[in-house]
Amino acid sequence: MNDGLKISDLHSGYRNKKVINGLSTPLLPRGRITALLGPNGCGKSTLLRALADLNPAQGTLALNGEDLMTLPSVKRAQKVVYLPQSLPQGVHLHALESVIVARRASGVEAGGNVENEAYAILHKLGISHLAMSYLDQLSGGQKQLIGLAQSLIRKPDLLLLDEPLSALDLNYQFHVMDIVARETRQRNIVTMVVIHDINIALRHADYAVMLKDGALVASGIPREVVTPANLATVYGVQGRVEFCSQGLPHVVVDGLTT
Amino acid sequence: MSSPLTASVKPDASAVASHYRKILLRRFILAAAITLLILLSLILDFTLGPAGLSVTTLWHTLFDAASADAGTRVIVWELRLPFALMAIVVGLGLGLAGAEMQTILNNPLASPFTLGVSSAASFGAALAIILGLGIPGIPDQWFISVNAFVFALMACFILDGISRWTRVATSGVVLFGIALVFTFNALISILQFVASEDTLQGLVFWTMGSLARASWDKLAILVIALLIIVPLSMRNAWKLTALRLGEDRAVSFGINVRKLRLASLLRISIISALTVAFVGPIGFIGLVAPHISRMIFGEDHRFYLPGSMLIGALVLSMASVLSKNIVAGVIIPVGIVTSLVGVPFFLSIIIRHRGTL
Repeated sequence: MNDGLKISDLHSGYRNKKVINGLSTPLLPRGRITALLGPNGCGKSTLLRALADLNPAQGTLALNGEDLMTLPSVKRAQKVVYLPQSLPQGVHLHALESVIVARRASGVEAGGNVENEAYAILHKLGISHLAMSYLDQLSGGQKQLIGLAQSLIRKPDLLLLDEPLSALDLNYQFHVMDIVARETRQRNIVTMVVIHDINIALRHADYAVMLKDGALVASGIPREVVTPANLATVYGVQGRVEFCSQGLPHVVVDGLTT
Repeated sequence: MSSPLTASVKPDASAVASHYRKILLRRFILAAAITLLILLSLILDFTLGPAGLSVTTLWHTLFDAASADAGTRVIVWELRLPFALMAIVVGLGLGLAGAEMQTILNNPLASPFTLGVSSAASFGAALAIILGLGIPGIPDQWFISVNAFVFALMACFILDGISRWTRVATSGVVLFGIALVFTFNALISILQFVASEDTLQGLVFWTMGSLARASWDKLAILVIALLIIVPLSMRNAWKLTALRLGEDRAVSFGINVRKLRLASLLRISIISALTVAFVGPIGFIGLVAPHISRMIFGEDHRFYLPGSMLIGALVLSMASVLSKNIVAGVIIPVGIVTSLVGVPFFLSIIIRHRGTL
């Protein structure tokens, strides 16, 4: 079974700083959301950027049995889509145009009626009413969903979302994650999401990878990864995992470890 | 689940498609309207001026040159026509260069003028005018222009080289450009300090930027350059639009951003260097044209780039008309007019983008 993403002996970083040093993970399954957890600076974003070919990296990245590292950039971009935290400000493009651009920009594919395809994605995400709005007029949550539409129209096999929930309120966070979960399942793709809120990860992710200093601390289903011991090791906090009246787990932090 | 992100009433797909098609159609109509305005401005530029010519005289001289007197023929064919057409062609070039610069550097203040390309060209011209230094073997009538071109091109490559070497963000490139402006202006001041009265006058006039230097040869070179460069820019329109969504997103879409930037910079360098070399520094066209185009056409570069070119041509042609009619019997260098009109616009850009600069 090779369905999913398998990271083996990955090294990546910046010019003068190695951030990820020999990271290997179990097979990250298709059709599931994998939450990337860890403190600030532990290498979560660096890992996503390395997977998306935005940072130099060495190692093996087997996606559905095919090593991404051996693919030319254009081919790799057809399989892997990375969505950064935010859009640049002041972009005077209609939302629909920005989704069309995502499909046409590489100049490789884009057969058929891209306008209709773009509209269909916006409709599916429930934001077709924003199609003719300018990006610089949208709220943070609306921009995230437009970004998601830009990513999905490229039909990726691996979707990488870098802190898509930052600066979103509770309603927006739940809505965006519900849509990401639905699309991940329906498209049967590997989705990796950098999430800072452990409780959101427990609620929405199917799988979790916890990092510290660029190394793997734990991986598996979120309930098994988010443990008091791992919270203490990775975040330096004394935490408990409690269950609410609906049986859902959530973390309660009692204080810092001494 | 209720969410402020989604609407309970969703527009029909065909309604959105029809709305989008209307927007595209409106852009074509606006481009056609601007083209008509350019033609109108061109006619005004032909007919208004120190030696006023009627449209009828102009028409006869253009299409039945034999019937016109020799003086009128010279005025129309050797002065008015190259002068007026140069305004349009230089406007097209500066509009394109400014628009691409602002996109690849992700900065609304980027233009050949603000990045030091014009200052470098002026320094090249100053070397030729004051010290007689230039490339050996170049005919006299091209001596200053070739020097200006070489230095303008050099400024572009210095800018690119420094930004690659230091790996600064695109915002840093603009700061390097400003440093280049100050450096070349200081060097020009040194040359002015040692210049004789005659050569100083020549340099001061050159740095004002004037369409009076237009000639058929220069016009032909610029037109050929545009004919080669514009299709290359338009071929990259989707990629340049994607770059507006951010560099990371563009790379993720499979675009080789480094190659895109380098090719774009090369095109911009050639166009900016040629225009500045031929007519001197004409400020603000490369800055204001992209902004007006962005407001009218949006940032889909299939429309934004040609829109910026057309607006550049219109603004410079209108500035040319103004430059001949502000003071009766005197042609003010067009660079002065564009600067006077451009400064308030420049300030409005800074105020509008104060959060993102």
